[in-house]
Amino acid sequence: MGRRRVAIVGAGMTKFVRRALETPKELAYEASKMALESCELSLADIDCVTIGTAPDAFDGVHMNGEFLIDGSGAYRKPVMRNYVGGGTGVYAPIHGWFHVASGMFDTCLVVAEEKMSSCQPHPAGAFLTIFDHTTEQPLYPTLIWIFAMEMHRYMHTYGLTKKDIAPVAVKNKKNALDHPAAQIAEEITVEDVLNSEVLAHPVHRLDISPTSDGAVAVVLAAEHVARRITDKPVWIDGVGYALDTAYWCTRDLCYPEYLEVAARQAYEMAGIREPHKEIQIAEPYDPFTYKELHHMEGLMLCGKGEAPRLLADGVTQRDGNLPVCPSGGLLGVGNPIAAAGLMKVAEIFLQLRGEAGKRQVPGRPTTGVAQAWGDLMQVGTVMVMRR
Amino acid sequence: MEITTDLLNKTVTRLSSKDLSKGQVFTVDWEPNLAYAWDDGVAIGRYLKELKRGLIMAKRCRQCNRIMLPPRMFCERCWRITDEWVPVEDTGTVNTFAISHVDWAAGRIPKGQRFFTPAVIEIDGASQGMGILHLIDEAKPEKIFIGMRVKAVWRPEAERVGAITDIKYFRPIG
Repeated sequence: MGRRRVAIVGAGMTKFVRRALETPKELAYEASKMALESCELSLADIDCVTIGTAPDAFDGVHMNGEFLIDGSGAYRKPVMRNYVGGGTGVYAPIHGWFHVASGMFDTCLVVAEEKMSSCQPHPAGAFLTIFDHTTEQPLYPTLIWIFAMEMHRYMHTYGLTKKDIAPVAVKNKKNALDHPAAQIAEEITVEDVLNSEVLAHPVHRLDISPTSDGAVAVVLAAEHVARRITDKPVWIDGVGYALDTAYWCTRDLCYPEYLEVAARQAYEMAGIREPHKEIQIAEPYDPFTYKELHHMEGLMLCGKGEAPRLLADGVTQRDGNLPVCPSGGLLGVGNPIAAAGLMKVAEIFLQLRGEAGKRQVPGRPTTGVAQAWGDLMQVGTVMVMRR
Repeated sequence: MEITTDLLNKTVTRLSSKDLSKGQVFTVDWEPNLAYAWDDGVAIGRYLKELKRGLIMAKRCRQCNRIMLPPRMFCERCWRITDEWVPVEDTGTVNTFAISHVDWAAGRIPKGQRFFTPAVIEIDGASQGMGILHLIDEAKPEKIFIGMRVKAVWRPEAERVGAITDIKYFRPIG
């Protein structure tokens, strides 16, 4: 198709916290600066910038992307902001990939930032207006309702109990103990999850990722440039993205069809025929415990309804056959929406380079996948990476 | 380059809610005053008008043969204008539900007040899997189950305004 091969050559991030003093553009600056320093580039080496940040309503600032450009090193540079809800964090580097793969630019700085803490009394309130203004908003829905309903449908379809799903929180929060950006890493038990406060049955407090402030950035380069920058480029070999209808009540919530569409696109591009055998490390989006399992199935890393068995068998532990969310995921590291997805891409990047420190998975993996999800439970964004 | 704790500790200044409430950091408060008059459109406009009369109306696409709720002016699958209006029942089956202890802004529901029990309800007469979001009442939350049969409880005709809330909630049948 005449597209160029693109590599990730550097990554940076801030710590994820409940509330940061720093403004969104200050957070973006910290992550961007670190990403450039990690690959010994200066801003002059960057041809263009893509920015991912989620609803303007969090910040109460219209044109949030435009406000971010200074901190993202995009001053007087070609820059584009993109947004597909929670899917933004993996969509942002896909967006950057377009810029470089097309031949338009040789380098691209990808910045994802979120500051949720400004929205009072709780950023959940900002989500009321994502629902249909006539048929749904008058019922005062909130996101937790619909995720609880999706989780319930998933459990019902495959005969799962809360006990089958809770170990996701135990695993991810423990993995996050080794992540320097982590906001809510801790050692907990399945009982702790089951006994934690019910927010919307079947979702308990420890089934949910926190609200967070934070930023992540990665540097992309075309092949000929990447090889000059580093001897450890991580190639973006497959990208995929798809959205389902916003009529979320009219599709079966037990399986994310749109994610399968996105994953098939990314796998075909990467030449992957049997993802459950060829993917060696995965960072599926885990804002809720059940979502990690739901997304493993949508990514075809196992059959429908089979993810809980892999979890129970230890396959998805950091030292298992298929490490899933070795970073600690959103459940452990935190969930500054757009930044959380890019944190997953950064994790696969670091793992494939052997630079994940105490989180390093054994076996020197060569192929990994990162994925994000969002909007009205309707978007899947997928990136396949190889070293 | 490994990203270490030392490196990240310099990236943010962590605040607590106490720092805010005690006025130890400067913040600016703003209460947005945004008002909207949303048009309901061709399909939902008629849907609301019929709700006011106590009827749930769906729309059929003759190409995929789906009887769709909420009704659409065009079919998103076949990408064509939908065909006739089809009256459907005000009964249905719970496809999934939640028992919510929080309100829309994540505030906890006060003790003694009923939890929200939102559900996706597949309406009888619409195509399989065609559900709408609504609330369930007249059933203890712990008695609700997926597959439960429910019926709309309408507001008295004089109180209906042409809104989804003209149906107060759905209650169990039998």
